[in-house]
Amino acid sequence: MTDSSDIATDWRTTTPASRLRLLGWVARRVGGGAFVLWMVATVIFFALRLIPGDLIDAILGGPGSQASAEAVAQIRTDYGLDQPLIVQYFLAMSKLAVADFGTSYALKVAVAPYVLTQLWSTLVLTIASLVVAWVFALGLTLATSGRGGAARSVGSGLELLAAAVPHFWLASLLIILLSNTLHWLPPISVPGPLGLVLPVLTLALPLTGFLGQIMRESLSNAYEQPFVLSARARGESEWGVRFRHVVRHAALPGISLSGWAFGSLLSGAVVVETIFARPGLGRTLLSAVTIRDIPVVTAVALLSALTFILMTIATDAIDRIVDPRVKEVKAQ
Amino acid sequence: MTEILAGRLSHAPEAAPGIRGWRRLLSNAGVIIALGILALILTAALAPQLITSAQPDAVAPAEAFQAPSVTHFFGTDESGRDVYTRVIFGAGNSLLIGIAATVVGLGLALVLGLLGGLAGRIGDFVSTRIVEVMFALPGLLLALVFIAIAGPGVVTSTVAVGLSTAPGYARIIRSQLRSVRNASYIEAATVLGHSQLRITLQHILPGALAPIFVLGTLGVGQAIVWASSLGFLGLGVAPPAAEWGAMLSSGRTYIDVAWWLTVFPGLAIVATAASFTVLGRALNARARQEVRG
Repeated sequence: MTDSSDIATDWRTTTPASRLRLLGWVARRVGGGAFVLWMVATVIFFALRLIPGDLIDAILGGPGSQASAEAVAQIRTDYGLDQPLIVQYFLAMSKLAVADFGTSYALKVAVAPYVLTQLWSTLVLTIASLVVAWVFALGLTLATSGRGGAARSVGSGLELLAAAVPHFWLASLLIILLSNTLHWLPPISVPGPLGLVLPVLTLALPLTGFLGQIMRESLSNAYEQPFVLSARARGESEWGVRFRHVVRHAALPGISLSGWAFGSLLSGAVVVETIFARPGLGRTLLSAVTIRDIPVVTAVALLSALTFILMTIATDAIDRIVDPRVKEVKAQ
Repeated sequence: MTEILAGRLSHAPEAAPGIRGWRRLLSNAGVIIALGILALILTAALAPQLITSAQPDAVAPAEAFQAPSVTHFFGTDESGRDVYTRVIFGAGNSLLIGIAATVVGLGLALVLGLLGGLAGRIGDFVSTRIVEVMFALPGLLLALVFIAIAGPGVVTSTVAVGLSTAPGYARIIRSQLRSVRNASYIEAATVLGHSQLRITLQHILPGALAPIFVLGTLGVGQAIVWASSLGFLGLGVAPPAAEWGAMLSSGRTYIDVAWWLTVFPGLAIVATAASFTVLGRALNARARQEVRG
């Protein structure tokens, strides 16, 4: 394992060849990402039209609406529903290609600004959860790994249980304990930081379990490495060994996992936002699928796919910075 | 998720498990607890009457909302039904959904993985792209859309869970197939002049698919958690039935007055999921040790 000065020189002395390789890497990732987005849009387009029922009902707000036959025909033409499916598909794709997400069937507002406001709320939630989970997991693993049997068993036992807890159940437990019994926190998400505590804990604790399990494994592998022995031989303190040398190894798989975690947090957000009555992408998605609000579902799907793609690229890039070995392996 | 829990799976285990391996497996306290819990849940699933004498749907309005006591270990619900009995009877439904969903997920992943690992460059390209797209969509979105198409219910939510777990499995199976295909014993078989079909059936598949059992064990727990989440959102088993997710869903209404309606079915889910994880990881560690010799 190289120390940090080696990595710094490695990044400063870029040759034209390595710059070209980097450029190729970026181009491949962007191209691949665009392709995945297109496929996601295609899958969503056809999947949503497989949902039984006439789309007119979704636009008019349910089969009970008393719209006249002329009005229905007018809407059918307005929304292009009288066209063959394949024509509708190309129309929809050409609009999406220029980021035109259309108007929500149910809310009759422009989808893009509406979804973006929802995104902000969910981003705050997920990023806060990711940070909290990282802090918890690093603290737990650094405090208990490489120690005697008891501390390690407690640590890994906690991680195991945390990872097995369903979000909705944890949320209910937190409400019972912290709101109903101790009256410390509001049971629904009020605006402001206080309302964020329960939703963030709900998302962060299971993630702590996952991150902790992964970090613990690579930490204990790192303890067996020769550089730990030589650091100890140099007379470094136990905490010096942990924080200066071993922590980097724990971080690596955690970083790769964070990209995945971000995607899974979005799934978790559906449940958490529903329980805590918090606005956000998850709750928007759940209701939009239920009432077949196709423009909204499409926008949320594309947005979360885009987030996933960007996170994957970002974690890959960070991987290459933190661990120079990754580059050599991937170049093969 | 399973992909992450499984970590590095064993590469092409060659020998059959020996007795020493099993003994080492059983010397681990966590594994023994996990096996105990799973044995209890399996008993509850197959013969619930051995563990409880009451009926899961026996209504007694006069006894509604009783706190846990000696007569009702886990208390009673809004209709006076015994929660303990319902948790016991719910084991069968939840376990069945979890196992079926894992089988569906692994089956789908197997098709994608085999396409990617064996069908040449084009097959690999196609399957990698499919898996990428499935990964880019949040698992719950896949599940929600599928349920919207097929209508809510037990079968639908089971398939939905399988669908959303498939990409993770597919990735592992593909990389497993590729690493086995490049192993030296495959090269040896090629040199010996064996046909491609024979090599595939006789050497590549058995080597690559061996870890599927471990994967499945790790996956069942997660599938149960997933399915119960769908049940909680009202998209799985309909509430009067004794299923853990559905019980939690109806218990949510009374969270202020009857905490036991939420706590106990949830504990059952967590205990089951954690036990499957412990068992799966122990099996995985054992397989890895065997490869090392």
